[in-house]
Parts: sequence; C-alpha cells; structure tokens
Amino acid sequence: MELIAFYIFAAIITVSAMAVIAARNPVHSVLWLILCFFTAAGLFVLIGAEFLAMLLIVVYVGAVAVLFLFVVMMLDVDFVELKQGTLEYWPFAGLVGLAFIAEIAIASFARGPGARDVFNPAPGADTNAEAIGAVMYTDYVLLFQLAGLILLVAMIGAIVLTLRHRPEVKRQNIARQTARRRADATTKVSVEPGKGL
Amino acid sequence: MSGLIEQNGLLGGWLMVIGQMLLFTVVLLLSLAFLLLMDRKVWAAVMMRKGPNVVGPFGLLQSFADFGKFLLKEIIIPSGANKTVFLLAPILTLTLAFAAWAAIPVAPGWVISDLNVGILYLFAVSSLGVYGIIMGGWASNSKYPFLGSLRSAAQMVSYEVSIGLIIITVILLAGSMNLSDIVNNQGGGFWTWHMLSFNHLLLFPVMLAMFVMFFVSALAETNRPPFDLPEAESELVAGYQVEYSSTPYLLFMIGEYLNIVLMCAMMAILFLGGWHGPVPLGADFVNQFPAWMVNLGHLAWFMAKIVFFFFLFALTKAVVPRYRYDQLMRLGWKIFLPTALVAVVVVGGYVVYSGVQA
Repeated sequence: MELIAFYIFAAIITVSAMAVIAARNPVHSVLWLILCFFTAAGLFVLIGAEFLAMLLIVVYVGAVAVLFLFVVMMLDVDFVELKQGTLEYWPFAGLVGLAFIAEIAIASFARGPGARDVFNPAPGADTNAEAIGAVMYTDYVLLFQLAGLILLVAMIGAIVLTLRHRPEVKRQNIARQTARRRADATTKVSVEPGKGL
Repeated sequence: MSGLIEQNGLLGGWLMVIGQMLLFTVVLLLSLAFLLLMDRKVWAAVMMRKGPNVVGPFGLLQSFADFGKFLLKEIIIPSGANKTVFLLAPILTLTLAFAAWAAIPVAPGWVISDLNVGILYLFAVSSLGVYGIIMGGWASNSKYPFLGSLRSAAQMVSYEVSIGLIIITVILLAGSMNLSDIVNNQGGGFWTWHMLSFNHLLLFPVMLAMFVMFFVSALAETNRPPFDLPEAESELVAGYQVEYSSTPYLLFMIGEYLNIVLMCAMMAILFLGGWHGPVPLGADFVNQFPAWMVNLGHLAWFMAKIVFFFFLFALTKAVVPRYRYDQLMRLGWKIFLPTALVAVVVVGGYVVYSGVQA
C-alpha cells in the first residue's frame, strides 16, 4: 500500500519536474513546480514526517511559489527569444544533472539497503514536531538563530537597495488623519445675501 | 483513518472512510445553502429590505433555485483565455475548501482524520486557497480579473502571516497541534475558553486581543467585506470572477463560502471551545445516554458557534465600509504582525514560567 503510494507520488514528481523545464509558458512552469512541491510533501507524509510536510506546503507552496507566480506573471517576456540558444546550455545542464545523480547514488549506496527500515521520523519523542523542536532549540540553537539572522540581513539588504525616498510624493499621516475633527477642517460662515464672501 | 481500517478490515475501513467523506460533503453543502440565504437575509435586514422571500416559505429554497440556474446556464470561456488553467482554478478552489474539513473535529471522536498536525494542515490548505484566485485571474486574460487576483494574492499572503502567529499563541497555550487536544484544553466551561482564558488570568487581555485579530484576519483571508478589495465592484467590477459564468462561477462561490464557514469553525475550535458547551454541568446526567446522542449534543454546540460567527461575518459585510488598499496592507503588516509577535513572546514566556504544560 505504502509502496504503491510512493510510486504514484514519485511518478508525479518526476513528470511535473520535467514539465517545469519543458513547459513553454513560464506561468505553467511555476504551476507544475507547485504540483512538484505538493507531491514532495506527500512523500514526507508517507515516511511519517507530517510536520515537515505541512511546513513544506505552508512555506514553499503557500508563500515562495506565490511570489514566483507573481514575478513570472508580471514579467513581459518574449518567449520565442528566450527559447533561442537553449541548446547551447544542454551540455552544462547535463553535467550538473549527472553530478546530482552521482551524489544521490553515492549517498544511498553508502547507507546500504536496510537504511529505510531503521528510519524513525520522530526519534525520542511522540510526534515529529516535538522531535524537531527538541533538537533545533537545544543542540542547534546557535545555527538556527544564525540562519534566521542571515535571512534577516538578506531581507534588510533588499529593502535598503530598493528603498527610494521621493520627497515630492504626498503621504497620509494616519495618526493625524484619525485625530482630525470637523472643527479642524471646516469653518462655518454665514454669508449675507447678495454680498458673497 | 488507519484506526478504522484496523477495526473494520481493509474493505470495511475504506467504505467507512468514504461514507464519512460523503456525509461531511452532503451536510456541508446542505447547510451552506441555508447559510447563504442567512447571509443575504442578514444583509437585507440591515438595509431594511426583506431579502429573498419568493422561492419557498421565507425564501428557504432560494439557494436551490440559484443552484439550478447556475447549472443550466451556458459556460462562457473567453477566446483569449488559457482554457485549462481557467477551468482548473474554480475546481482547485472547491477541492481545497472541502479538503480542509477532513481535519475538523465536530464532536469528540467525530473527525475524518485526527491529525497530529491538524492545525498546521488547516493553515496549509487555507494558504493554498490563494492559487485558485491567482490562476483564475491570470487565465482570464483580462485586465480587471488580473488586477483583482494580484490584490487578493498580496492580501492573503499578508494576513496569513498574522493568522499563523495568532495560531502559535493558541498552540502554545494548548501544548498541542492536534485540534481535538486544543478543544479539550478548553473543556472546563466558558472561562477556560482560549478567547477569555480566565484560568490564566494574566493572559486574558492578550488572548482576547488575539481573538479579535483572528476574526479580522479571517475576514481579510476570505476576501470578505470590509476587505473585499479583490472583487471591489466599484473599481474592478468583480475582480477575479469577472470572466466566470455558470458552473465555474458556482464552484468559485461555493469554495469561497466554504472557506468562510471553515474560518468560523477554526475560530470556534481555537478560541471558543469547539464542541464544548459554556457550562460543564450535568456531566453525570448526560453520560447516561448513549455516546452518539451525547456527541449529537456536542455537534449542536459546535454548529451553533459556527452559525454565530457566520452571523458576525454577515453583519460585518452589511455595516462596515470597504477599506482602502494601502490601509489594508498597513493594518496587516504594521499593526497585526508586530502585535501578534509580541503576543507570541508573552504567551510563550507565561507558559514557560508558570509551567502550564506538563
């Protein structure tokens, strides 16, 4: 049962990953990528790592891929021009792919055939989430914090690079706006007939 | 689900699971028909109109008449549209809206799948809901739907952040991500509900604020007024739905309303004690009855809470004017996010130092 599910998910991942590259329309590429992420989460569920699966969906599918989709939809790319010269990159891409396959092969051979049977998704705890939390906030707390700091620096860097102060733009001061009363903005004038102000 | 298969054998277990799903689907769709009517009735009552009152007594059958109308109309697909994605978008919205209900416990033990990470599952599925809208807006190949979908994507992603942080405060308080555990943590009467949390008196103001923020974020997350900018009819005609007609539109609408009901259910579970009644009296008397009757009583409480929140949603739609887009973003990022972050720190500190959780 589990095996059947695994092969179904694996087949979907492989096909959708290929379709990411093969799709002519970049928006379709991103949609295939989302399917790929989603099925990968399914694989996580299969090995009992449901916490990681949910995080994968929340972070990658729910946030990162939305931003991808945003960017790709907004771009006005000439697809024909983009497709030209793709062939030149194939040797390089093939090399990278080969390196990936070799690494995975080495890793799985080094672990040996029985590795899957001794796999425990939640070592030393009831649930997946507890197991991860117990390790992440004790032994690896410095590394964890460091990773967060790096992300923060990257975010601030991006904001600093793109922030422009434009003095000619009129901005609304929310505090002042909400503090405004009718007396501040209007005056009552009784105009005598035939005279005007 | 695996428990059912162990108890009833492979075939029986699968049949039970499929039966539960069918039951959930039918009950949800039926109650949705009347909730839709209630939405329109409340809206009408605020405007001193009568609302739908022609089809059936008090217009009770109005939703079914609408349903028939939607089904019988012609499906129009714009010639420039991306056909596959255009039709996929409403189907995706509806499927995700239903999928989320798999983890909702409606009474003790009455849940399709009692997930360990139930609350994260709900969060994940509701964060996927944005794709239906983006895909629909983009595939329509038209200006207004595209603008609407962009707005809605930005809005939903923004408010998901604050919803996530608010959920974290509840998880910290309950010490579990299992929805049944979260509900049972509030079993001691209304003063232990997370919304009030009188049993942790220090946290009372924090959790009350979290509840209010969750309600507002839920409005924004489901694109309901006053945050319905994605479909602001005065600027964008109807946002991402402009090009949709007939059944695809119906699917979008059912998905949208199911998401609203889901948010109501989440509020009931996270903050209002789920299936528990407000006063835990008469447990001895109640327990004389068979378990399924007791569960029906719990179910009634749960549904009453959902209907109450749906009423609040409908009321908000009727009485609050629409927000401006920059104010919406300001509220999400500059007010809700920092407040929720502070609340997480406060609740976390309280939980650690008072030793609430074992």
